[in-house]
Amino acid sequence: MCLAIPVRVEQLTPGDNAIVNLGGVRKEISLSLVEDVAVGDYVILHVGYALQKLDVDEAEQTLALFAELNAHTDAQLADGSLA
Amino acid sequence: MKYVDEFRDGELAKNIAAHIAREAEPQKIYRLMEFCGGHTHAISRYGLADLLPANVRLIHGPGCPVCVLPVGRVDQAIRLATEQGVILCTYADTMRVPASDKLTLMRAKAAGADVRMIYSTQDALKIARDNPAREVVFLAIGFETTTPPTAVAVKQVQTESINNFSILCNHVLTPAAMHAILAVAGGVALDGFIGPAHVSTVIGSEPYEVFARDYAKSVVIAGFEPLDVLQAILMLIRQINQGRAAVENEFTRAVSRSGNLKAQALVSEVFELREFFEWRGLGTLPLSALKLRAEFAAFDAELKFNCEYVAVPDHKACECAAILRGEKIPQQCKIFGTVCTPENPVGSCMVSSEGACAAHYSFGRFRETKA
Amino acid sequence: MSYSRSLDFKQGRIEMSHGSGGRAMAHLISGLFASAFDNPYLAQGNDGAVLPQPSGRLVMSTDSHVVSPLFFAGGDIGCLSVHGTINDVAMMGAVPLYLSAAFILEEGFLLSDLKRIVESMAKAAHETGVPIVTGDTKVVEQGKGDGVFITTTAVGVVADGLDLSGDNAKSGDKILLSGTIGDHGMAVMSQRENLSFDAPIVSDTAALHTLVQDMLASGATLRVLRDPTRGGLATTLNEIAQQSKVGMFLNEAAIPVNSTVAAACEFLGLDPLYVANEGKLIAICAPGDADHLLAVMRSHPLAAQAAIIGEVIEDAHGFVQMTTRLGGRRMVDWLAGEQLPRIC
Repeated sequence: MCLAIPVRVEQLTPGDNAIVNLGGVRKEISLSLVEDVAVGDYVILHVGYALQKLDVDEAEQTLALFAELNAHTDAQLADGSLA
Repeated sequence: MKYVDEFRDGELAKNIAAHIAREAEPQKIYRLMEFCGGHTHAISRYGLADLLPANVRLIHGPGCPVCVLPVGRVDQAIRLATEQGVILCTYADTMRVPASDKLTLMRAKAAGADVRMIYSTQDALKIARDNPAREVVFLAIGFETTTPPTAVAVKQVQTESINNFSILCNHVLTPAAMHAILAVAGGVALDGFIGPAHVSTVIGSEPYEVFARDYAKSVVIAGFEPLDVLQAILMLIRQINQGRAAVENEFTRAVSRSGNLKAQALVSEVFELREFFEWRGLGTLPLSALKLRAEFAAFDAELKFNCEYVAVPDHKACECAAILRGEKIPQQCKIFGTVCTPENPVGSCMVSSEGACAAHYSFGRFRETKA
Repeated sequence: MSYSRSLDFKQGRIEMSHGSGGRAMAHLISGLFASAFDNPYLAQGNDGAVLPQPSGRLVMSTDSHVVSPLFFAGGDIGCLSVHGTINDVAMMGAVPLYLSAAFILEEGFLLSDLKRIVESMAKAAHETGVPIVTGDTKVVEQGKGDGVFITTTAVGVVADGLDLSGDNAKSGDKILLSGTIGDHGMAVMSQRENLSFDAPIVSDTAALHTLVQDMLASGATLRVLRDPTRGGLATTLNEIAQQSKVGMFLNEAAIPVNSTVAAACEFLGLDPLYVANEGKLIAICAPGDADHLLAVMRSHPLAAQAAIIGEVIEDAHGFVQMTTRLGGRRMVDWLAGEQLPRIC
């Protein structure tokens, strides 16, 4: 059971809940499984619960890694070392 | 969608694939098991196998909780709905699993049983509060990702003194399934694992260290999106080339070594290990599944109702067992695509869209059939 | 003139007598349906409408509407029932001329809701220029219906020599789509119990007959027109592939999806390819005409986001395949059963 999506916390609501937003779709979900979540944080949402906070620095670093691989390939294409 | 779309970028995917193609040594065969049902679906749905060289082979593992749910467990749920008149709440995934007597939860519902599809355990609690004169049973399935939400619900009913709610507990454990696959006499033809994404956000990366250490298998925990999967494959190839077997984490934005301690604590508070549990395809495994602790016995549907578990053998021609262990591929099952199709599934691998057979049938069967 | 009490639209409800053929039913028909639909055929008060001689071959189509909830963002069961059946006739290349409407009402249904639905139908009929010339009303006991079910039938005329049919697609033809997919299905789902969102997704329900007329006038060689309703784009393409005994190759990146619809599908684990549309069409045309047809479509307000999404290929198995945005290949298979939201 893996389907989970990263969503942005828009508003904290009573009962340890929050309204989250993904691409303009809003839903109220439970924060009972996580701690110290603030408005603006991103969380991983699964079956109506936040499972973990998303570390946005790590997310950016992972994307930067992909971009670096991209640049590396471009360089190899340019110098002919990549067929 | 932030943190989703960026990880689906086609150009970046081609690049990671180019690196994989360059770094995969032509004389080696890389056999990588992707354990998580969500990964199976993503690989098929995006056609990732087309981006990989022929010597990098992806094998689907048993990480689909619907696929490993024995027929007898679905029978239990159906009987509760049809014979005991409970409101049976379930996630959508189980609705079409074929059970005994040609029944499914969907067919039981069509015949008048009160079966309700829910999105969250909170929905099931609401149904219980709204229907105080009826018994509500939640069919709790899933690996470690889905167990904490059940734990929250159970604690809540205890706190709120709700007495018409119980669960049919079928929560199972990922490391136990990985052990079952690896602990085959004579060793198993696998070089590495693409570790589950969201199970790992809960349990952390630490539980996989035993597989690197004791079985010398490389493990890379991968995020859910196609770029994550491709990157994890690249990391596995590098490990294998270097002769290393370690646990690495590609999904650093959501997975730490220790995981979600709050969720883990809640789960241990509410659940304990079952001594044995039957898994479809993997047989009976020790210490591989959970049941409610004694303090929560009032919410255990197996104790509350008369609904004994009766084991039901699989259809003789069904190869789900071998497929779940990665020993066979769907095409090698005699009834794949003929008798057994998504409209008429014989085995669980065909029911769930994460199942290897359903994924191959729906997304990939054009590959075998020649025009 | 005898005293005629007006219908109680504030608190009144449908009663069994409204369907019994007696005075209450006549009152409902004249006070609500006939006055809203307002045309000489209905005003005559006969069981059937005598229509003028048609100027071409007749095309007829019928649809039943059971949507729940009855009212949703962008529309309701009323306008949906007008647009949907007009579209079926338009897909055959016909000009829609007349509609009939049959209502099955549940005892206890609020007259205020019925009025809202009927007014919506009247507005749709008026805007499209297709009058509702005859109809029927039945009432079932409380619990035996879901508020209201509506069946509409449309008739139209199609020009001589025009042959649009699902078995006409040929290898090499191009596949065009008139706009974003999944809007209607997600708008409806967003209001259902258990799956609620505050998303600004609006149903795309619309009558496509004027778009079709523009496309027919463009001079493009059209083979097939079809609107991807239940089962979505994927199902409709598979139907056509099977009828024409061909295969198809789609380009995922070319298929327009509204970003909020995409996000809602992510939330529910649904695939937009299988979600219903009520204001879109698929056109299959000869390859040389695709670019011109696209330009004509894009100048119509209902097809501003039209796109060429793929092509027809030789394939005895009739598979619909797709190049994913990652560059891999996958099949776009028939829908297996009902599309259930995935959690997993």
